[in-house]
Amino acid sequence: MKRALLLSVFVIASCGLAYELIAATLASYLLGDSVTQFSTVIGSYLFAMGVGSWLSRYIGQQLIQRFIQVELLVGVLGGFSAALLFFSFTWSPAPFQLLLYLVVFAVGVLVGLEIPLVMRILKRDLAFRDVVSHVLTFDYLGALAVSILFPILLVPHLGLIRSALLFGVLNVGVALWTWWLFREQVPNAGWLRAQGGVALLSLLAAFAAAGELTTLAESQLYADEIVHTESTPYQRIVLTRWKDDLRLHLNNNLQFSSRDEYRYHEALVHPALATLPSARRALVLGGGDGLAVREILKYAQIESVVVVDLDPAMTRLFASAPPLRKLNQDALNSPRVRVINADALQWLEENDESFDFVVVDFPDPSNFSLGKLYSASFYRLLDRHLAANGLAVIQSTSPLYARRSFWCIVTTLESVGLLATPYHALVPSFGEWGFVIAGRRPYRPPQSYAVDTRFLTRETTPALFVFPRDMERVDAEVNRLNNQVLVRYFEQEWRQVIR
Amino acid sequence: MDRRDFLASIVAAGAASLAACRSPTPSLPPGELLGTSLDIGHRLREQALPAAGETRKVPVLIVGAGVGGLAAGWKLAQAGFADFLLVDLESEAGGNSRAGRNAVSAYPWGAHYLPLPTRESTAVRELLAELGVLRGDVRAARPAYDERHLCATPQERLYLDGRWQEGLLPLTGVGAGERRQYRRFTDTIAAFAQRRDAAGRPAFALPMALSSRDPDLLRLDRVSMRDWLLAQGFDSPQLHWYVNHACRDDYGTASAAVSAWAGIHYFASRSGEAENAASDTVLTAPEGNAWLTSGMLRSIEARVGQRLLTGALAFRVAGGESGSGPLAVDLWLPGEQRTLRVLAEQLIWAAPLFLVPWVFSGHARLKDAARRYSYAPWLIANLTLSQLPEERSGAPLAWDNVLHRGRSLGYVVATHQQMRLWQGATVLTWYRSFDELAPEAARAALRETPREVWAEQILAELEQPHPDIRRISSRIDVFRNAHAMVRPLPGLISSDARALFAADGERLRFAHADVSGLSLFEEAQYRGILAAERTLRRLRVRFASSLA
Repeated sequence: MKRALLLSVFVIASCGLAYELIAATLASYLLGDSVTQFSTVIGSYLFAMGVGSWLSRYIGQQLIQRFIQVELLVGVLGGFSAALLFFSFTWSPAPFQLLLYLVVFAVGVLVGLEIPLVMRILKRDLAFRDVVSHVLTFDYLGALAVSILFPILLVPHLGLIRSALLFGVLNVGVALWTWWLFREQVPNAGWLRAQGGVALLSLLAAFAAAGELTTLAESQLYADEIVHTESTPYQRIVLTRWKDDLRLHLNNNLQFSSRDEYRYHEALVHPALATLPSARRALVLGGGDGLAVREILKYAQIESVVVVDLDPAMTRLFASAPPLRKLNQDALNSPRVRVINADALQWLEENDESFDFVVVDFPDPSNFSLGKLYSASFYRLLDRHLAANGLAVIQSTSPLYARRSFWCIVTTLESVGLLATPYHALVPSFGEWGFVIAGRRPYRPPQSYAVDTRFLTRETTPALFVFPRDMERVDAEVNRLNNQVLVRYFEQEWRQVIR
Repeated sequence: MDRRDFLASIVAAGAASLAACRSPTPSLPPGELLGTSLDIGHRLREQALPAAGETRKVPVLIVGAGVGGLAAGWKLAQAGFADFLLVDLESEAGGNSRAGRNAVSAYPWGAHYLPLPTRESTAVRELLAELGVLRGDVRAARPAYDERHLCATPQERLYLDGRWQEGLLPLTGVGAGERRQYRRFTDTIAAFAQRRDAAGRPAFALPMALSSRDPDLLRLDRVSMRDWLLAQGFDSPQLHWYVNHACRDDYGTASAAVSAWAGIHYFASRSGEAENAASDTVLTAPEGNAWLTSGMLRSIEARVGQRLLTGALAFRVAGGESGSGPLAVDLWLPGEQRTLRVLAEQLIWAAPLFLVPWVFSGHARLKDAARRYSYAPWLIANLTLSQLPEERSGAPLAWDNVLHRGRSLGYVVATHQQMRLWQGATVLTWYRSFDELAPEAARAALRETPREVWAEQILAELEQPHPDIRRISSRIDVFRNAHAMVRPLPGLISSDARALFAADGERLRFAHADVSGLSLFEEAQYRGILAAERTLRRLRVRFASSLA
């Protein structure tokens, strides 16, 4: 019996340290700043253990029954702690820290109760100095074991959610074992056994289903129902729906919401194309969703649209899934449209075709690879593919949130000898968004629109070209392949906006 | 690397080579072991080559079609002088700037970048303008360059303590004291870079022949770079690492062995600027500097037709001492198994100078002078990867990627300049100098070590920053260059030996980077053009000089 209790000290100590490490690691993952997370989590945990130890004086009788109950509670609370924290974060990050410290404190208090109770149980059979020496030895050994296993085995192989559940099972195991050892001395033994059974089964079930739990948590990250996910060599495509709102996310970045994408795509296409009555050939770079194409096809004079998008999975999805075909009005299956799955840069380098209208709808310049698509070299390449009277329009991030980035794109276009006309529109999902029309001749906004629009009107168009004071032009360097200043501007500016 | 690491590495290499002899590791990717034409070259020592069956007269013969020889030919052709022959032992021209090519990309087998040309590098600017890479006024302080050749950002990164940082000067874990030394070093170099002598010459010019001859500067050639740093109170270990890396990278030689003059020249001479790039930007291409050598070759062909004879080993040079008639140069043509004698009115020797004692008959002073030279061997590997390698945290893949604790000098990415959004397969060019060994010992290691051993060492090193490198490497081709470049040891720059090769002659001139003592494109080209212009003057051909 003595040896059994000492073994359970070892297990208890392992579990205690494990919960502490799991909470600190999870907080570092989700909140960053690991030094702060580790020191505050460990500090509050140790303090809570002190509170637990102090509270142990109020447990007078039924020591064993109380010990079993504490073990069951630690097992359930600690076991589910990682899952609970992860879910709460994906639901809403705001109260996450409060919940984190509540969980840490509660587990800490319970763990703090454990050792004093075990010592008091053992005191019945052993001399005090032996109790202290044995219990603390096993306590520290357990801590050592977990501190080594945690980074080497548990985190890489089980992950945080499963590791926590595993230790929960161990705590409940200790409770059930203690119950077995003392079943003659404990009142309400049947009730305790039932509680233990339920705790054990729910922890085991959660452990078995941990894979699905993670997916579920990820789905909470998107808030809405995920209707399609696909990992391609190039990106992760996630499509979500909430009521009639379809949203496309590429690598966790929102690309459009069907609620207001018409604002974005009308603003992208019509101000330029409405001034090109003789445009025949259009090129869309990076618009694999077919939404810009939908707007272009409204013009009867357009004879052909070439869409160059790197990812065949994107264009296949938007040419085949019924709700998406409805959204882009089946643009990608139009006989006037030719889809080419190629690297836009490579395709432009290797082709000589020229176009009357070019839509450049690439992701924002958030890394050096994407930064190339906004460089002077790229715009020179673009210029080669522009017909004499042709126009190109470039999505240019937000002139409000990333003001210098926006004007850097304008400056870069001008540096290669193109005339740049910047404008902006409000797209609620994105905020205030910017575009630039580029060509070799001066551009004049259209006096009217010959096609149906939901957002643009003749009256409101001039306002698109007016930049309020907080979006006015600022000086920026030319973005070149050999300086990539735009990526640096963009990083700095969005870091101010996104937490 | 300390002594113990080094001994351990030798033991490991030995064990690996034994293992490789018994059973070649099946998991290694395939590839070839290439190199300069070692066995043909070694026939020089044996001198067992047959006598000439045919004799041909040529007004000007250029031996060696590396940067020096091609530059000489380029200048002759530019002056409208067509009566020359350019010969090289290898199957193609280019010397240290040769390149390979596979389905993924072209890639260098040697030199792979050119700093922005200085104001003094007039011939480099002229060549770049002709190749369409320098736009506008050739003599402008800050000309514009073709962005396809300006190294794209990010240019350099360093793998230090398990993490990539931007730039090569170590920053992680470097304290305030060391940073102060960084700043003081930068200031010291800036002062050298700005210094002009009474005649207006830069302290450290590129080409080096235009440098100041002030005695206090020439005294720098008497000490090693490392000793000079220490004498200036620079003892920061990371600063020493950085300077040592630079010396190994450019001279294949450690800072403890390189002359301080040459070491400072590396940092203080590169003053070129561009209108459309920062001054530390370099010009590069997937194929390394082969775009420059093939550009010169094309230019020669366009002006005067085909003048190149490859697969020709010059193994005996007779005559050419003052007052004598034409030089007789015997060429062994291994492809035809015969010897051709060329009687050259003028000879431009644009091959490495270490060959002089083996090839020249007579010319005792030149032979003695050539024996003064020491050469660094190099090993270069091209790894063809099916995809970009997995990365550790920190700065993203750059053009030049250096491992702080690596025995190599790191690798450059051949596809870095490609206009691609999505980078799939690529080729990494990995460089290894042997500065930790005596050159003779390193050459012995190069001769005897099988490709598999090198491949294993390369993979083991690159596995640190790129855990999946073994899985994604589809080929590892290895190139051995036993006498890759001259070592600018203390005393060479200011030696009489070097002055002897730099001097003009009646019929014989030397046109190789060895003449400068610095293995740089600018130096080789300068020597080639200088030799060509001296030859043209001797032949009374009118030309416009390319030199300042």
